[in-house]
Amino acid sequence: MTRYFTKDHEWIAVEGSEATVGITHYAQSQLGDITFVEVPAVDASVAKGDSASVVDSVKAASDVYAPVSGTVTVVNAALEDQPELVNSDAEGEGWLWKMTLSDPSELAGLMDEAAYQTFVAEL
Amino acid sequence: MRYLPLTATDRSAMLSVIGAGSIDELFADVPEHARLTAPIAGLPNHASEMAVERHMAQLSANNITAGSVPFFLGAGAYRHHIPATVDHMIQRGEFLTAYTPYQPEIAQGTLQVLFEFQTQVARLFGTDIANASLYDGSTACWEAIAMAARITRRNKAIISGGLHPHYVETSRTMAKFTDDVLDISVPELLPDPDDANLIAKIDGETSCVVVQYPDVLGRIPDLAAIAAAAQAKGALLITVVTEPVALGLLESPGSLGADIVVGEGQALGVGLQFGGPYLGLFGCREKFVRQIPGRLCGETVDADGKRGFVLTLSTREQHIRREKATSNICTNSGLCALAFSVHMTLLGGTGLANMAKLSHHRARQTAERLANVQGVTVINRHYFNEFAVTVPKDARQVVRDLADRQILGGVSMGRLYPHVDALSGGLLIATTECTTEDDIAALAAALEEVLA
Amino acid sequence: MNELNPSGWRPAMGTAPITREIETFTGNRALQLEEALLFEIGSSDRSGVDFDVVADFDLSALGPNVRKTAPNLPGLSEPETVRHYTRLSRQNYAIDLGVFPLGSCTMKHNPRLDEKVARMPGFADVHPLQPVQTVQGALSAINELAVWLIKLTGMHGVAMTPKAGAHGELCGLLCIRAALEAKGDPREVILVPESAHGTNPATAAFAGYRVENIPATADGRVDVTALTARLGPDVAGVMITNPNTCGLFERDLKVIADAVHAVGGYVYCDGANFNAIVGRVRPGDLGVDAMHINLHKTFSTPHGGGGPGSGPVVLSEALSPFGPLPFTARQVDGSIKLIEEEDADLEHPQAFGRMCAFHGQMGMYTRALAYILSHGADGLRQVSGDAVLNANYVLRSLDDVLEAPFGPAGHCMHEALFSDDGFADGFSTLDLAKGLIDEGYHPMTVYFPLVVHGAMLVEPTETESKAGLDQFIGAMRSLAERAKAGDELLKSAPHLAPRRRLDETLAARKPKLVYKHA
Repeated sequence: MTRYFTKDHEWIAVEGSEATVGITHYAQSQLGDITFVEVPAVDASVAKGDSASVVDSVKAASDVYAPVSGTVTVVNAALEDQPELVNSDAEGEGWLWKMTLSDPSELAGLMDEAAYQTFVAEL
Repeated sequence: MRYLPLTATDRSAMLSVIGAGSIDELFADVPEHARLTAPIAGLPNHASEMAVERHMAQLSANNITAGSVPFFLGAGAYRHHIPATVDHMIQRGEFLTAYTPYQPEIAQGTLQVLFEFQTQVARLFGTDIANASLYDGSTACWEAIAMAARITRRNKAIISGGLHPHYVETSRTMAKFTDDVLDISVPELLPDPDDANLIAKIDGETSCVVVQYPDVLGRIPDLAAIAAAAQAKGALLITVVTEPVALGLLESPGSLGADIVVGEGQALGVGLQFGGPYLGLFGCREKFVRQIPGRLCGETVDADGKRGFVLTLSTREQHIRREKATSNICTNSGLCALAFSVHMTLLGGTGLANMAKLSHHRARQTAERLANVQGVTVINRHYFNEFAVTVPKDARQVVRDLADRQILGGVSMGRLYPHVDALSGGLLIATTECTTEDDIAALAAALEEVLA
Repeated sequence: MNELNPSGWRPAMGTAPITREIETFTGNRALQLEEALLFEIGSSDRSGVDFDVVADFDLSALGPNVRKTAPNLPGLSEPETVRHYTRLSRQNYAIDLGVFPLGSCTMKHNPRLDEKVARMPGFADVHPLQPVQTVQGALSAINELAVWLIKLTGMHGVAMTPKAGAHGELCGLLCIRAALEAKGDPREVILVPESAHGTNPATAAFAGYRVENIPATADGRVDVTALTARLGPDVAGVMITNPNTCGLFERDLKVIADAVHAVGGYVYCDGANFNAIVGRVRPGDLGVDAMHINLHKTFSTPHGGGGPGSGPVVLSEALSPFGPLPFTARQVDGSIKLIEEEDADLEHPQAFGRMCAFHGQMGMYTRALAYILSHGADGLRQVSGDAVLNANYVLRSLDDVLEAPFGPAGHCMHEALFSDDGFADGFSTLDLAKGLIDEGYHPMTVYFPLVVHGAMLVEPTETESKAGLDQFIGAMRSLAERAKAGDELLKSAPHLAPRRRLDETLAARKPKLVYKHA
């Protein structure tokens, strides 16, 4: 499994043609308490850069963009009752959706963990 | 100038702190060609409280007021008696001169009132939840149509012919600028509302059916049947209530299956006020909570664990979502919501039912008396406190002739539907607990004269 | 000596030191009174209203939907009702209590004459659908206010019916849309400065437009170069707030307006801050096509804890034909005609439609008219002068202890803008704002406009005295010093209000919007 990161603070963990998407630990720390997560519809097809999900904190609503193109297969149902999972474990239990990739070559444009940490350190 | 505390001495002391020579100098950023150097010509200068009061009193005197004559107007605005306590409470400076409760630590008064108001509206409407109010019934109706489109991801709304024509027109105006398609019709002068027509129109593209209860002619639709038909096709039932006092006697729309219930709260606490400010009521199912327009007040706790209230779910709103907001609404109708809530508190459920009974009783007496007037036909099979009659000439002229006899005798349907000839003989008659038996006798006698 | 003090009453000052937190049985703290929810104290069989009893009600005309039981709504007797709402009112801050420096909200004194006038029966007790012949006085009041608004703004017409500022914005944009569509030239884009209030982009989106943001310059004004560079045949118009949300006058509005008009677009001015310039400059002279006026700001109709407002829109000659129904027109005989749907085909055929039922916010019109007549042309000019004077006095009395990002560039208009620059680590604008509560003030507007970090927008208004402002300035200086020094007590303020900081996360995660029995 390989994990990639975007400049908009999404992560995507890829295993074959399947991937899991969420927001980064850094992103949740900047947003503060997450109060609601609007997940995409299962079977929705998303293009890289589309707003696929919205994460609400008390005073902000932030779009989550699809890191790559593909089709949503599963969404994290636990977030409906426990949006705080995104705060407590953004890059684990707080994942947002799983998807199949329609164009794996899009991954080439994303950062690896080290590059993302450097990126965040400079913000 | 009695409202301005600064003295000439204050002003010069303040200017020296600022480092400016005059107040005019502070406006240096205004381009010179547009800068005014003196009061605008052709307008009067300041006036004493006495002079202003006298002028306004003269304007006020040049009207026939509802309370001074037999009065039978309704059609979306009703004259119920407002207890003196209501106006006293809304004139408390802490309510009247407060702002939207953005700082909850020092706004618990307004916030608790809103929480109680939301609960009262939800219980009256039979909905799970309600918001902290919108501008008025007509704008609330459009907001409900737009919300139904967001929820169902469909854009075809079926509008009952019994919906108040101003509400239809307001919604039609807004829909011109969105993707929403409204299926509109005008009412017919029949004893029963257009339930069957509505049901026949519902299909798989329908986002919602909009039904007024009681309708503009005062008829009472079968909400349960329409709700079942709408929901079978995945559409929502929006019920519009322009006379909330009716719900003191009629089953609530929510209990009959409505998904969204909106209404005009003016009848309770707010008064006629020549049309505004009024009070938009908005209730719906709990599962739609994140799609509701307007302000919401929610319960929480403070740092010491004490119960308190805050404005919540504000991420739906314009100041955060900007162009993605559920609505562009900022203000609600806070002080009118307070007036509604105080009146409802004074009434209680039993009091509301008693007020509704008396209003209905007067309507029955009026209908029975008018049925005996030569040329008048009562249309409705059922009604609450308002019903339609037909007269054998243009009802607009009949209403004007009645006014000449110092009787405000109802709303002519020609005023509401100027381009529909078939309705020009229609007259809407409304009563409340304020209507007296003498008023009814006076209306009947004057109608006999006018129609003779 | 036995009879010396039989009652035992010996007044004493009670000098024992306080060694523990004072707790009370009731939770009340003297004049700070707790109040239960209506649903915990009321019952549906109690009432504060008496009705005549009519024997043998016949309910058969109601049809099949008659209720079996009365609605589940708790009632209270009159004394209980008065006490419930009076106790609640005392948990609110209000203009009547002190300085309410909420930037861009214009919390000025609400004259009580205006309340009295609005309750005159010829305005309060008339029905909106009465025959026009019976409401000439009410229609005259609307028309008189309309004339004042037109003359004060130098515009051509006015749409009175919008119910609030945001509703007025929508009305103005729909006029623009209707005017462009009438030319067969529908356009797609509205330009909005990034410092704009959130209603501007929200409104433009609701009117069916795509919103594009225009950046601000370093001195806090619209970047004219960027704006004019973006103009083109797809631009329907621009929305500009003047004075803007940084409290500054947009000097180049006329230049912008000329450029927008040259490409066939229209200029919408957000008039939320008109109170700063009334009597000093007329928007019509700056090329504005439409501007809403918040009667609850500039003309001091009460805010009422969040409404009702009123947002009439003044219109240029180009846009006036498209304004919504209904409106009033004075006839040659002096009577007022009400133009509704019936006469629209003849008198106003291009109206874009209707914003609401009936005639708009009558109760706000009469209050605003009384306010305007009280001040007159000379008084309104003094209103804007004193409002701007008070704001500049606050700005210059605080700019040595608080960072004022646009302070060095010159005078402000009616509000002074500060940032959190220089606060100790971990201290924010919110902490200073909550500290103001303990000092007995309502906080200023915080975190708006977005273009300034940790923004604090202070609008004193013209109805504050110098002595009142001096005390407020003293409190602000003290709080600024505490925020810079890192006074930990500030981070948990307020300590003295009816409630401490409230858990907004809990409220949003598990919304409880109505009362349910525990």
